[in-house]
Amino acid sequence: MSQSYRLASGGRVNRGKVLNFSFNGKTYQGYEGDSLAAALLANGVDVVGRSFKYSRPRGIIAAGTEEPNAILQIGSSEATQIPNVRATQQPLYAGLVATSTNGWPNVNNDVMGILGKVGGSMMPPGFYYKTFMYPKSFWMTYEKYIRKAAGLGRAPLQNDPDSYDYMNHHCDVLIVGAGPAGLAAALAAGRSGARVIIADEQEEFGGSLLDSRETLDGKPATDWVAATVAELQGMAEVLVLPRATVNGYHDHNFLTIHERLTDHLGDRAPIGQVRHRVHRVRAKQVVLAAGAHERPLVYGNNDVPGNMLAGAVSTYVRRYGVAPGRKLVLSTNNDHAYRVALDWHDAGLQVVAIADARHNPRGSLVEEARAKGIRILTSSAVVEAAGSKHVTGARVAAIDAQAFTVTSPGETLACDLIATSGGYSPIVHLASHLGGRPVWREDILGFVPGDAPQKRVCVGGMNGVYPLGDVLADGFEGGVRAATEAGFKAVVGTLPKAVQRTEEPTLALFQVPHDKGTRGPKQFVDQQNDVTAAGIELATREGFESVEHVKRYTALGFGTDQGKLGNINGLAIAARSLGISIAQMGTTMFRPNYTPVTFGAVAGRHCGHLFEPVRFTALHSWHVKNGAEFEDVGQWKRPWYFPKPGEDIHAAVERECKAVRDSVGLLDASTLGKIDIQGPDAREFLNRIYTNAWTKLDVGKARYGLMCKEDGMVFDDGVTACVGDNHFIMTTTTGGAARVLGWMELYLQTEWPELKVYFTSVTDHWATMTLSGPNSRKLLAEISDIDLDKDAFPFMTWKEGTVGGVPARVFRISFTGELSYEVNVQANYAMGVLEKIVAAGKQYNLTPYGTETMHVLRAEKGFIIVGQDTDGSMNADDLNMSWCVGRNKPYSWIGLRGMNREDCLREDRKQLVGLKPINPKQWLPEGAQLVFDPKQPIPMDMVGHVTSSYASNSLGYSFAMGVVKGGLKRMGERVYSPQADGSVIEAEIVSSVFFDPKGERQNV
Amino acid sequence: MLHIFCPHCGELRSEEEFHASGQAHIARPLDPAACSDEEWGTYMFFRDNPRGIHHELWDHVAGCRQYFNVTRDTVTYEILETYKIGEKPQITAASKASAAPSTVKGLGEKV
Repeated sequence: MSQSYRLASGGRVNRGKVLNFSFNGKTYQGYEGDSLAAALLANGVDVVGRSFKYSRPRGIIAAGTEEPNAILQIGSSEATQIPNVRATQQPLYAGLVATSTNGWPNVNNDVMGILGKVGGSMMPPGFYYKTFMYPKSFWMTYEKYIRKAAGLGRAPLQNDPDSYDYMNHHCDVLIVGAGPAGLAAALAAGRSGARVIIADEQEEFGGSLLDSRETLDGKPATDWVAATVAELQGMAEVLVLPRATVNGYHDHNFLTIHERLTDHLGDRAPIGQVRHRVHRVRAKQVVLAAGAHERPLVYGNNDVPGNMLAGAVSTYVRRYGVAPGRKLVLSTNNDHAYRVALDWHDAGLQVVAIADARHNPRGSLVEEARAKGIRILTSSAVVEAAGSKHVTGARVAAIDAQAFTVTSPGETLACDLIATSGGYSPIVHLASHLGGRPVWREDILGFVPGDAPQKRVCVGGMNGVYPLGDVLADGFEGGVRAATEAGFKAVVGTLPKAVQRTEEPTLALFQVPHDKGTRGPKQFVDQQNDVTAAGIELATREGFESVEHVKRYTALGFGTDQGKLGNINGLAIAARSLGISIAQMGTTMFRPNYTPVTFGAVAGRHCGHLFEPVRFTALHSWHVKNGAEFEDVGQWKRPWYFPKPGEDIHAAVERECKAVRDSVGLLDASTLGKIDIQGPDAREFLNRIYTNAWTKLDVGKARYGLMCKEDGMVFDDGVTACVGDNHFIMTTTTGGAARVLGWMELYLQTEWPELKVYFTSVTDHWATMTLSGPNSRKLLAEISDIDLDKDAFPFMTWKEGTVGGVPARVFRISFTGELSYEVNVQANYAMGVLEKIVAAGKQYNLTPYGTETMHVLRAEKGFIIVGQDTDGSMNADDLNMSWCVGRNKPYSWIGLRGMNREDCLREDRKQLVGLKPINPKQWLPEGAQLVFDPKQPIPMDMVGHVTSSYASNSLGYSFAMGVVKGGLKRMGERVYSPQADGSVIEAEIVSSVFFDPKGERQNV
Repeated sequence: MLHIFCPHCGELRSEEEFHASGQAHIARPLDPAACSDEEWGTYMFFRDNPRGIHHELWDHVAGCRQYFNVTRDTVTYEILETYKIGEKPQITAASKASAAPSTVKGLGEKV
């Protein structure tokens, strides 16, 4: 029968709208407004999963975030799979597809269950540490099966089709939770004119009032909720966010809210809508009104489906019109839980009995239950549930909570639902995210938020205030305080009147004693992680005394539970076992996020092509048009090579290299970092940060420079030109541009503030086209008014003039060893200039080349690339670049002291050399390790590695650069590179300058 | 995410605009050549790791590109003051221990 557990009337569901959904392949019906859990219970689905370790059948326990069992896989298609969704928090929609995540092969017929039954003693706490540690190499094998059996859900195999985004806010008051306390706070803060955000994780505002018997001003509490929400929505400065969980409380009042905008509509967001949104809020003041979680009592077989939290039963009855059973037994230690029996009774269902652990309860709600003729057993508790796949009865016995003993054999009452309440635990998570330790309050038997430096107030249940009238007042007061602190003037207001009741204190009972003690049936504390009371006792017996150690040894409060349902029970059991108070025991740390967040929400728009900014040069479209393959260099897209039809990378690079060596090539060098340096002390500054001397560099000249850090190791290089006596233009590596600028600013601002010099990044202002090859001069002469005569414009100088009709700076420097000109023009003129160069270059076979050809050509000349041939542990001497070190400069420049350390002066340091394979066809892989003796048994003495390696057409053989211990004194000796396939490549140590060693080609 | 008052911009800005650059007030030795290898190593690598008041160097890298100092409590993450290079902190571990902790001076925001 469909929805056989649905009550004939009541609830906030829309009975006019029936929704079909499926669970584990079977189709069911529910109503609009149901949670998935409510719809499952309405259909009598009691087993929703199997437990983590013992594989026991598990049912729905709670109605909110604290649910440990009903954690399901949702999604009707592969791309929309979502793991670990709490059925209690998932609104029902038409066509929802849900499956259990644990239970293999299925929840009703579970293979692991047999293991669980046999293996009570097989899987004690610390089980993983004890069992699967040895042999260590087997962990991979174990893990596969443990993960499968543990049922942690699965990620989709296809791309998420939905969009997610972020939104940033600044507000005066952020209110967390829209129950009675939060709503009252929002009224107070909103009426003051403050900018307010109020967020609540539930589908609608109201919190506990949504299923409350309480009246306000004699009317149902939900009337007040509706009026309050309407008033808040009418305020221009108030942002109302339902379906939005405040998940993290971060430093300096920065909070993150995870809003689920369309999860209630389907498993895909409607076209044009964002599925989840993360609100990043910087709040002047925060009002925490997160409420309290009811905690269960721990007793035998308390995990059998049909055991539920008392408050959850009320939620299902009053909010969803669902009765999760027929015959109820309530086990409680407090007054408040009596409302469950009253709700159950009012719904026309049978309350078998109430077991109250207290001696003589006389509170208003207790008397109300008595007046209705409900049987109340005092000094009693449910000690054990009967039934295996569902509750069939409850054994109620007299107990002595103080002595922790059972004082009568008791009687077994036939029932199919056991509701328990062990009191309330303020939800201190958010208040503790920044490390503030909660404080135990014996009067309310709960931890409340401790003092913290954050600008926040905690109100209502979260603050240990429970009677409704007090909660409203506390919330309103908190709202007034927050608004006032934020600089607003609070407006006086009145609050609705709640019914006053006498309420008696809760009894300190967390675990119900059992006549057989720990040999009795299992008493579960944390159902998500299968932690039992006996397991916690074992942990303390084995010497784990700190709460953090007990947690890690038993897994109490691990995973997505984050210590919601059974945490306080667990602490209380550990404390009793250790003979200390709960206050002494303390709590574990709480960390963001409060509830699981989808990866989509975390990523927001930062995925696909928006994952990271991409930088294009001014000539990018020309490269695309000319068929370039691109390489990522930092964020830049640089042409890698320009293949002609039918060419692979090798053929293209060979052709490009040949064109540069024979005639002329064109490289887009715009990505090199460019820093404009101005000021009377510019020259002095360069002297201090470069290893070489800059005092005598005349206007119009350029010089190569090396930069080291204080440790003496090379970290960037480039050419710097003198524009005027107090004006230089520096180039850096493409990837190092930002790093170098920050580093220069660091020294200028913190060490040498007396120097008058200023730096400006001009990387994007200039486009740089390098013409390289013997015909570069002839080509450039056709489109430039600059005198290119070899004596008028010698190597390592620069000139200003026009190129292609626009102002240009032309640098005669070379990274290929050929006659080269680097043409710099304003970036927005670059395309026009390029077109003129290309037109003029036709007769010279002008060939565009990319980074790969650039690498080959520079390596033939032995020019280093910082970051490829260096790795942060190489100084100038190691690179055979002592010629670039001005050891006698007057100021002790950065790197000098470092490179004079004893270790830097060793002669057997790894030094950069050329490597020439003996077999010219063999190619040394980059990164390959080198040895002197290939016959040495493993582990061999590794003496260096290959840093750059290429096939060279110009040379006629493959060649490499690499570092070798003491390599500069080993010219002509052999090194060997053993390969993974067992072969060994033999190479000769040679000079790293392979091509044109005298530099004749660039000095023409 | 920290909220940091840039003493150059005169505004509270989010941490993502800034870059932390380690401990503040590490002066480069005036005569590096006079340092032993050990002294030079100490200057380069050895840093304090206090529980409580710490002075840090930050760079408003996505803002004004200016470096400045921050006095931060490493336990609570409170920023007690920010001040320009060359200035001295108003709050130190010693002063914090003796004076009332709630009197926060300068431009730092108390969380």
